Amino acid sequence: MTEDVIVVEGLTKIFNGGLVAVDHVSFTVKRGENFGFLGPNGAGKTTTIKMLTTILKPTEGRALILGNDVAKQKSSVKNLIGMLPQEYTADEDLTGYQNILLCAALYGVPKDTSKERALELLNLVELTAFKDKAVQTYSGGMRRRLELVCSLINSPKVLFLDEPTLGLDVQTRAATWDYLKTLKKEFGATLFLTTHYLEEADSLCNRVAIIDHGKIVTIGTPDDLKKGLGGDIITLSIQDATDISGIIEKIPRVKEVKRQDSTYRIKVEDGEETAPDIIEAVRTEGHKVVKLSLAKPTLDEVYMEFTGKSLREEEGSKVSVFRQRETMQKAEGRRM
Amino acid sequence: MTSNVRESNNPLHGLGALTSRELIKWFKNPVVFVLTVLQPIIWMGLLGKGINIGGIFAAGHFPPLTLTPPATPQQLLQISSYFGGLQSHVMMNVFGVTDYFSFLACGIVIFITLLATTYSSTSVVLDRRFGFIDKLLSTSVSKSVIVVSKIFASTLRALVQAFILISIAFLFGIKTGTNFSPLSILGTVAIVFLFGMGMSSIFIAVSLRSTRIETQSAFINFVTIPLMFASNAFFPVNLMPNWLQPVANANPTSYAVDAVRRFIIDSGGLSHLAVDFAFVGIFALIMTTISIVLSWRFLSK
Repeated sequence: MTEDVIVVEGLTKIFNGGLVAVDHVSFTVKRGENFGFLGPNGAGKTTTIKMLTTILKPTEGRALILGNDVAKQKSSVKNLIGMLPQEYTADEDLTGYQNILLCAALYGVPKDTSKERALELLNLVELTAFKDKAVQTYSGGMRRRLELVCSLINSPKVLFLDEPTLGLDVQTRAATWDYLKTLKKEFGATLFLTTHYLEEADSLCNRVAIIDHGKIVTIGTPDDLKKGLGGDIITLSIQDATDISGIIEKIPRVKEVKRQDSTYRIKVEDGEETAPDIIEAVRTEGHKVVKLSLAKPTLDEVYMEFTGKSLREEEGSKVSVFRQRETMQKAEGRRM
Repeated sequence: MTSNVRESNNPLHGLGALTSRELIKWFKNPVVFVLTVLQPIIWMGLLGKGINIGGIFAAGHFPPLTLTPPATPQQLLQISSYFGGLQSHVMMNVFGVTDYFSFLACGIVIFITLLATTYSSTSVVLDRRFGFIDKLLSTSVSKSVIVVSKIFASTLRALVQAFILISIAFLFGIKTGTNFSPLSILGTVAIVFLFGMGMSSIFIAVSLRSTRIETQSAFINFVTIPLMFASNAFFPVNLMPNWLQPVANANPTSYAVDAVRRFIIDSGGLSHLAVDFAFVGIFALIMTTISIVLSWRFLSK
């Protein structure tokens, strides 16, 4: 049986002002899994990650990392985890190499091995040529790669990534995922990541939990979540205006048929398998197919199904990211 | 890949690395470094040499003296001798030295220390704002070490500035006391260190939950100038108004300045130095303890 690396039961965080940031969240993450928290800004993703990494104290419930309670066995938990915060935390005045050595010292990597290890990691993310340059000269993608390897300096059993590609352009984001996949192969750590990028969750995660207003609204593999919507959508147009809904409904795996004039929106279990059957049945009855398209459900549709909102609207909004940070800072009582 | 983490039970784990980070940042930023070196020179030149209180007594500032009947040569010699000694007499009575520069230079050593320690609070705010504090909190570095590294780093910066300042004071002709020796410099370093620890701790304590530089700047301006002027840094306490004297006597700045003066320009008394060290030492201990205790509660929630 695969071991549960993260066990979360009824985890709740209520800030002093009464804001319920995380509301009785429960889930488990198995060894080697890439588990994602997908949700809009302000959904409670960062607060959850902060509780799991011992930065914030839970108000209720408990969370275990390899059997260690995040509230009661902080130092054991800290020795097992690595963390990539949402913000760019690499020191701009220091070089890439100095930054990794600093992380090594903070994570308690012995001095005799840290230099060799730092060079090895810089090589893995192709930053060797820039190792002696100050981080302020790095691009956003380079900084993120540097911070990724910094968070892996202690070879953590669980790596927490809070919005790992926030603010990066599409190409750099995709490149960062590739580096992350390479590093995952190298280190084999269990990944827990938060994101509000659908592609990121789809590309990186074995399982996804959709979180909204501090609550998990659904959880599963990206494929299962999409399938859970009721299957693929086939759009069919025929030449004449005869109603052929009855013919289509008889075909196996067809779940729902909606007609609008000569166009039919057909919900099916397996689009690739069912489309040829539909074409054949329609032709057999003497109708001519003029157009057919097949659409797979996306996580955005899954998200919309469960929350009534589109995540895509959230994606491009950098302003909302900053608003969220301000809100959280206020909630945590930090602003002074 | 196997874990290469050393289980650390060392309560000071990370202190060296974090203090070095702060100092590397300081050296790596040439503008900040050069300005912090130039600052003491400017203060010493402008304040130390610019405010020439002794010059007030120079003979040229008095109107010509006409006596009726005319004085004898012997009487004129007596009058000249009286006014000639007036400056050093008054200066000795008021400032304990014959030139104001020597008196003030010692005050400026502590003033610069105070200004240098304000850096600690802005550094905490920036690290919190950029997520570095959160990253630290996810490692096995303790909250106390995060705070103490900031205190150490800003105190070390203050020490470097104070040392440069003392060197400049010698170049500008500070008049050392009869018992001055290299040990006096060590004593000065010790009192600057303690005072720096205490003041850094205050600034850190108020910045623990802050994300705004503006709040810190307002607090720094609110605290530093009154602390300097309600002390013996620029003017002797016994000549201040009665209501201000208790404030100056409770102000740790006065004790730090007094110790520097006793070490550098005054032969001083061991008992007075003991009082100065006890006061500043206890102040440093209390403030450091307060900032550490507050960090346990306020560095995260």
